[in-house]
Amino acid sequence: MPLADYKQYVAMDRLPSIWCPGCGNGVALKALALALAESEIPPDKTLLANGIGCSGRVGDYVRCHRFHGTHGRTLAFVTGIKLVRPEIKAVCLLGDGDCSAIGMSHFIHSARRNVDIVTIVINNFNYGMTGGQFSPLSPYNMITSTSRSGKAEPDIDMCKLADVAGANYVSRTTIYHVAEMKNYIKESLGKKGFSLVEIVSPCPTYYARYNKIGTIIQQLEWLKEKFIPIERYNEMNNDEKENFFWRGILINRDLPDLYQHMHKGVEVRKR
Amino acid sequence: MNKKVGIEVSLAAADAVKMANVDLIAAYPITPQTHIVEHLSELVANGELDAEFIPVESEHSALSVCIGSAAVGARTFTCTSSQGLALMNEIIFIASSMRLPIVLILANRSLSGPLSIWNDHTDVMSIRDSGWVQVFVENGQEVFDHVFFAFRVAEDPKVSLPVIVNLDGFILTHVIEPIEYWDQESVNKYLPDFKPVSTLNPDAPVTMGAFGMPGIYTEAKKAQDEALINSKPEIIKAWKEMGEVIGRRYSPVETNNIEGAETVFLTMGSVGETVSIAVERLRAQGEPVGQVKLRLWRPFPVEEFREAVRNVKRIIVIDRAVSFGGQGGPVAAEIRSVLYDEENRPSVTNFICGLAGRDVTPDNYIDMYEKSLKDGDKSKEEDYVIYGVRE
Repeated sequence: MPLADYKQYVAMDRLPSIWCPGCGNGVALKALALALAESEIPPDKTLLANGIGCSGRVGDYVRCHRFHGTHGRTLAFVTGIKLVRPEIKAVCLLGDGDCSAIGMSHFIHSARRNVDIVTIVINNFNYGMTGGQFSPLSPYNMITSTSRSGKAEPDIDMCKLADVAGANYVSRTTIYHVAEMKNYIKESLGKKGFSLVEIVSPCPTYYARYNKIGTIIQQLEWLKEKFIPIERYNEMNNDEKENFFWRGILINRDLPDLYQHMHKGVEVRKR
Repeated sequence: MNKKVGIEVSLAAADAVKMANVDLIAAYPITPQTHIVEHLSELVANGELDAEFIPVESEHSALSVCIGSAAVGARTFTCTSSQGLALMNEIIFIASSMRLPIVLILANRSLSGPLSIWNDHTDVMSIRDSGWVQVFVENGQEVFDHVFFAFRVAEDPKVSLPVIVNLDGFILTHVIEPIEYWDQESVNKYLPDFKPVSTLNPDAPVTMGAFGMPGIYTEAKKAQDEALINSKPEIIKAWKEMGEVIGRRYSPVETNNIEGAETVFLTMGSVGETVSIAVERLRAQGEPVGQVKLRLWRPFPVEEFREAVRNVKRIIVIDRAVSFGGQGGPVAAEIRSVLYDEENRPSVTNFICGLAGRDVTPDNYIDMYEKSLKDGDKSKEEDYVIYGVRE
């Protein structure tokens, strides 16, 4: 099957990108563009919003509505946009630093409100743009530029957080699993309410280098081996789980989204 | 003899924080302050610095952690820039009103939008009225010296206020300069151990951040204002004693080529060095030009400034931030106000320039000087001119 026309969403004339060789951001961008094309959501009905950091540069390479907010606040900005223009398909493409640290409260409350936003979190386990400092998603004990002898703090699972907060769709995959990544994004584009697709991605310049994961090929192999299907992961005992991460669809449900709740309120008041 | 080292200014600043024997560092990554905190993280990890180092989840949290740390009597440091300072804004006011001696190095950077990571003074001007002691430095050596100065002033029991050291992002943070390191003995001599005025202590309970009803709020603010104004003699003393320890002398208002100067440039921060080149060139041509540098921004050194410009006819104020809808840049507006009651007050010409890292060269400053003399020029007719706008 020929590829759908993903290039209509990409500012091809602005390529090559500023990202480091081996960075996963471009791969994620292509997966998003393909998912949009296959879902037949036209560029003029699509909003791509992003925050600050390496992932924040994604917006420079798209052809659709684009909103670049401040660090961590993107989901709050887009909540405002979606309340007034619910027909726009809003995609927030965020980094782990942006979304899980400074933007954590917006993330939890957007999921809790079930705002109709597709949130893609590119998780490269560190703040790439500012020089490889650890983020709340950097795994425990790993080396970053602010944890030279190993990160002393535990990390957090954004997917589980989105689940308990009330999101309609939650999945996790990696840059290595290209087809799965596109499928998850496509699936989330078809949902109403808050969707999260967490994409684990290599940072060859900082995280992989500090932790001696090797060449970009080895980094991709690391993703392939370490991120196993959720079903297999769930069958493991706790000791085995220590060495792996899960990937797959954690949540897929159809609770009413914020707009439906609020609209229902208006109908009731009208009566 | 203190040793001279060729080193990136940010790393030297971090080394100074280490030599000041700081107890707690809380920060969040933001360009261009990053290298300072990163180097501190390295020093803590290597065991060279025995301090708590916590990279928190936002600048708001960073300064909040600092407040807690200073409240229990720890020597406390943080570092930020631009949006980071904007996010700290709420807590900035808490720190000064609680009289907590936190030291913050601000690597000055413009504010969004448009998004920019480059240098100007927009960030600090947004917290001008927050009650922090605020100083500006011109080069790497001054940053190094002012780390000790900042702790010394902040923790002085007669001051007990937070201090911001402003250094220009990239222009200073990312350059390698020869810096004369103090020896540890001099640091220890200059900067005594921190003995807080009041701390949270179960044996001697105090309340911090209590409710201030209308019956007491005004008095609390009067006390805070007096505390900042009365910090000036202690600030001057701290600079004087630094001179005795290391031989470099600083003061609230410094001058260059002021003898016989009819026109002076007023500068803050690293542009001072660029302007000094322009001043030297103009002097060589016989022009009566000098320079006044404002090192102390808060508390504003009113008497020292008036004294410095007493025989001057014209002041060219260089602003590095816009006060939208105001009567000039934030510095010029203040200078005009300080001069208002003076007899024979000099005229003030205000150029706003060097926004978000736009280069301003000695030639540009010479051009500003010439414009300020020319009758009918915009700079004379209008309250301010945003210099170098491409139209």
